[in-house]
Amino acid sequence: MPRTTEFPFLVDTTLPTYPDSGVRVGVVTFPGTLDDRDAARAARLAGADVVPLWHADADLQDVDAVIIPGGFSYGDYLRAGAIARFAPLMDKIIDAANSAAKLPVLGICNGFQILTESHLLPGSMIKNDHLHFICRDQQLRVQNTSTAFTGLYEQDQVITVPLKNQDGQYVADEHTLDELEAENRVVFRYEGFNPNGSRRDIAGITNAAGNVVGLMPHPEHAVELGFGPDHTGRDGLFFFTSVIKHVLEAAK
Amino acid sequence: MPRIVVDVMPKPEILDPQGKAIAASLPRLGFTSFHAARQGKRFELSVDGEVTEEILEQARDAAATVLSNPVIEDVVAITVVDDAAAAE
Repeated sequence: MPRTTEFPFLVDTTLPTYPDSGVRVGVVTFPGTLDDRDAARAARLAGADVVPLWHADADLQDVDAVIIPGGFSYGDYLRAGAIARFAPLMDKIIDAANSAAKLPVLGICNGFQILTESHLLPGSMIKNDHLHFICRDQQLRVQNTSTAFTGLYEQDQVITVPLKNQDGQYVADEHTLDELEAENRVVFRYEGFNPNGSRRDIAGITNAAGNVVGLMPHPEHAVELGFGPDHTGRDGLFFFTSVIKHVLEAAK
Repeated sequence: MPRIVVDVMPKPEILDPQGKAIAASLPRLGFTSFHAARQGKRFELSVDGEVTEEILEQARDAAATVLSNPVIEDVVAITVVDDAAAAE
């Protein structure tokens, strides 16, 4: 992104990435998006070519995957994600996600809220049960490693990534929750502590095809030495390497 | 000019965290007669001229698709308020 000079990546070869993979990852910016730069940096660190996407454009620029980052699109007016859902770019993303090509789409935090408002994922988010904004390093258990964004995790691996939100309580009717569990579509559960009252400790889910994933915590904040949990946590990087691997394998 | 008023409430089975906080604060302020509170939203859609059935249908459509999220909320009332008529 040309807006400012970016801090260079520290040399760190301890986690495998896909340098110069050629995989094009689009990162969407809405008015009020906060974490687009971090998401772009995480994808770039993993080896993707990052393509900035603007909400008002109607061109996906031939990207191989899309990240809808966190923040407060449209100030969370009406409901979190409710107005962003109707952006021209979202129509393209919804069509591409539902198409035979099954465009991988990752929604983080506000991005997750946008995906539920778009009906790409079931359920909804309401205010945290304790009513406070919460920011903490959160443990998650990975429960589904067959999605486009979780292929490089181990089944039942416990990871730590930052969580920061106000409207993070995942809700859905009992039938939908049963269906999600029966179809193995709960991708992440809060481990040890449920920080917002989410039903059945659900932190992240996927669609039936596994190409659309949404979660409240922020993997893009845990990808680089010096910045993640305890200044060393990089558990989030695998979201971004996983999707690159997924795209490369699908292209074979 | 008439307004179409749309009232949206959280579904009864959804715990309303804001309503719960309000209910907890009321007795502290001496309002002891209320054992629960729920918080919803009221939208006012202003219309130039008469509210036709077509315009009302648009309001119903907007209420169902944009103003409320049927997963967590119900549209409990859509009413037409005509300020000019009320003033006469």
